[in-house]
Amino acid sequence: MRFVDEYRSPDIARGLAAEIAELAGDGHHKIMEICGGHTHAIYRHGIPDYLPDNVELVHGPGCPVCVVPAGRIDDAIAIAFEPGVILTTFGDLMRVPGGQGSFLDANSRGADIRMVYSPLDALKVARRNPDRRVVFAAIGFETTAPATAATVLRAAAEGIDNFSVLSNHVLVGPAIQAILDAPGQDLDGFLGPGHVSTVIGASAYEFVARDHGKPLVVSGFEPLDVLQAIAWLLRQRQEGRAEVTNQYTRVVPWEGNRAALRAIDATMEPRATFEWRGLGEIPWSALALREEYAAFDAERHFTLPGRRVADHRACQCAEVLTGRLKPWQCAVFGTVCTPENPIGTCMVSSEGACAAYYHYGRLQLGRDAHAAPVPSP
Amino acid sequence: MTQQPEGAETDAKTEAGGETEAEALARVARHRERRPRVRDEHVTLAHGAGGSATADLVEDLFLRSLANPALEAREDQALIDVDPGRLAFTTDSFVVSPLEFPGGSIGDLAINGTVNDLAVSGARPAYLSAGFILEEGFAIARLRRIVDDLAAAAAAAGVQVVTGDTKVVGRGKGDGCYINTAGIGVLERPVELGARFARPGDAVLVSGPIGDHGITILLARGDLELEADLESDTAPLHRLVDGLLEACSGVRCLRDATRGGVATVLNEVAEAAGVGIALEETALPIRAEVNGACEVLGLDPLYVACEGRMVIVVDAAEADTALAALRALPEGEQAARIGSVVAESPGMVSLRTQLGGTRVVDTMAGDPLPRIC
Repeated sequence: MRFVDEYRSPDIARGLAAEIAELAGDGHHKIMEICGGHTHAIYRHGIPDYLPDNVELVHGPGCPVCVVPAGRIDDAIAIAFEPGVILTTFGDLMRVPGGQGSFLDANSRGADIRMVYSPLDALKVARRNPDRRVVFAAIGFETTAPATAATVLRAAAEGIDNFSVLSNHVLVGPAIQAILDAPGQDLDGFLGPGHVSTVIGASAYEFVARDHGKPLVVSGFEPLDVLQAIAWLLRQRQEGRAEVTNQYTRVVPWEGNRAALRAIDATMEPRATFEWRGLGEIPWSALALREEYAAFDAERHFTLPGRRVADHRACQCAEVLTGRLKPWQCAVFGTVCTPENPIGTCMVSSEGACAAYYHYGRLQLGRDAHAAPVPSP
Repeated sequence: MTQQPEGAETDAKTEAGGETEAEALARVARHRERRPRVRDEHVTLAHGAGGSATADLVEDLFLRSLANPALEAREDQALIDVDPGRLAFTTDSFVVSPLEFPGGSIGDLAINGTVNDLAVSGARPAYLSAGFILEEGFAIARLRRIVDDLAAAAAAAGVQVVTGDTKVVGRGKGDGCYINTAGIGVLERPVELGARFARPGDAVLVSGPIGDHGITILLARGDLELEADLESDTAPLHRLVDGLLEACSGVRCLRDATRGGVATVLNEVAEAAGVGIALEETALPIRAEVNGACEVLGLDPLYVACEGRMVIVVDAAEADTALAALRALPEGEQAARIGSVVAESPGMVSLRTQLGGTRVVDTMAGDPLPRIC
């Protein structure tokens, strides 16, 4: 496939792997990939096979589904059971367990929760169902927030009065700050998120290098992107530098997307605090609708239970989301907690570290199986 | 059965004043003997009530399209003659949305799905039943198209629909049209195929490009606003199976890769035989359109449904013979060897990626849901 195959060439990968092994030298390098998309790509393409043992990748909190606290799922389900409501959301959220089951469970109990591919589709649902109240349960970092913002602006322009948004939008900067401030943090550098950076720009991470002395390389999602970004991080380490650089220049502008940022700023403002699964309360880390758009704010239309739901006792998503545990080190990984019956959010989304590792990574036994290549007839 | 000439009804009306009672009754009797036609534009509850409306529907739509002696006997069951031996017997229900899509309709699927479940046992598909559950208000013209598709698919697969049933459910209680088919196939070869027979060293083949059907349906639903020049792969596999079994004695197992796609079938094989399966990503036949849509939606083509493709496990010594036999037929033109059965990692399917890394190809949890970022 054009524009994809170019970034998956085994020959170039082998070259980058040799460069990485040389740059890694004898030291140990602990690198966090912040974004769940990277976690997914790393396992899906078998990138660990190209890394030496002393380059360790740990997973970060950059999976928006994984950091949604269970109480917010319950809030959304409570809205869905209000009379006349159609709740819409992205597919990722359908299976996430709240305190009382997931959206799919709620549907089996009679709720009308529909999957959409874009918030604009949710607005279409509202236009087609003027006698129903249509709520979009928004989720995502700054990646998806502009689409929500644009939808709110359009709903306002068209005067649609049966549409509202339950915003669970979160901000990536404060999450990285929380990771850096955590006691015992021993990271050597970061693979910076790709898609969110198309909106906020690579410049948004300058505090990581400036205030914390850690290198960060914004990376694309194809395997060669990830390998090259790792090589760039190691080169900075070797040369004693800590800078923010942008490997994903074909998509990410240094200063971000001004129009998208303007749309967010016009419609949303940071919340004083927001609960993150695994990270707890983080100040100024999420977005709520501004007063001017109160008419489209589900939090003002409906009374939310707003109950904090404690994570399952055995769940160690918090440790996984902050890079302190590998998925397989969690006591319930793959036994009590599986993709079929997840107890923690990291097991739900395909971007979640546990789900990615469970689906793609459990191959400690099988490396030899591929020793003999299939002859191409 | 007599057919009234056009206009007979009008003539009878004009002469009605001078008719004797006997003549009038004879006229009514003649009218009742006419081949019934469904004049309604939509399915009504009467069409499922078992009275004359049901009979008209059966006569006009089903018997007209599916004509064969067993069906036309109009008994409560079909009587069929078979040679003594083994029979294959299967059933499947079809609830696809949309009902018509590029490359086929629910009518094609209802025949091909059951034909393929029979064919992959090595049986010759022979007789099918068809049960329709229709929703009140469903357009008769649409039903007629679906029945025509079903009849054409049956003819193409060389099977007869020998018995059937129609029920109508109230508006809002169904999704337009559901079809169930059951089928009987005759095992004419002394073969025993099954996932449990796969053993290390065997070759794993697929009969054609994967994922066409699933992606076609996803795009045909229209809520993705993606378009591609793509058609469903719905097709009967009986000819491919026949050609394969004629050419090879070392076929271990055949499975049609429907729901859950090739990955799910291979996981079933790995589990049943207690073996590992090692795939090569670069060997997978996947159309650029399917690959592109999967990249955009965050789906893995290995899990996307096919309706006219099968996975073949065959003695590696016969892999080339098997491929040649498959490629000799148009529906197997793009057959490919995609991997091998191995002793390592029993119960697990693994993939060497295009990049050259390795990963697991796991069983799927629930429906694949597109990702957002």
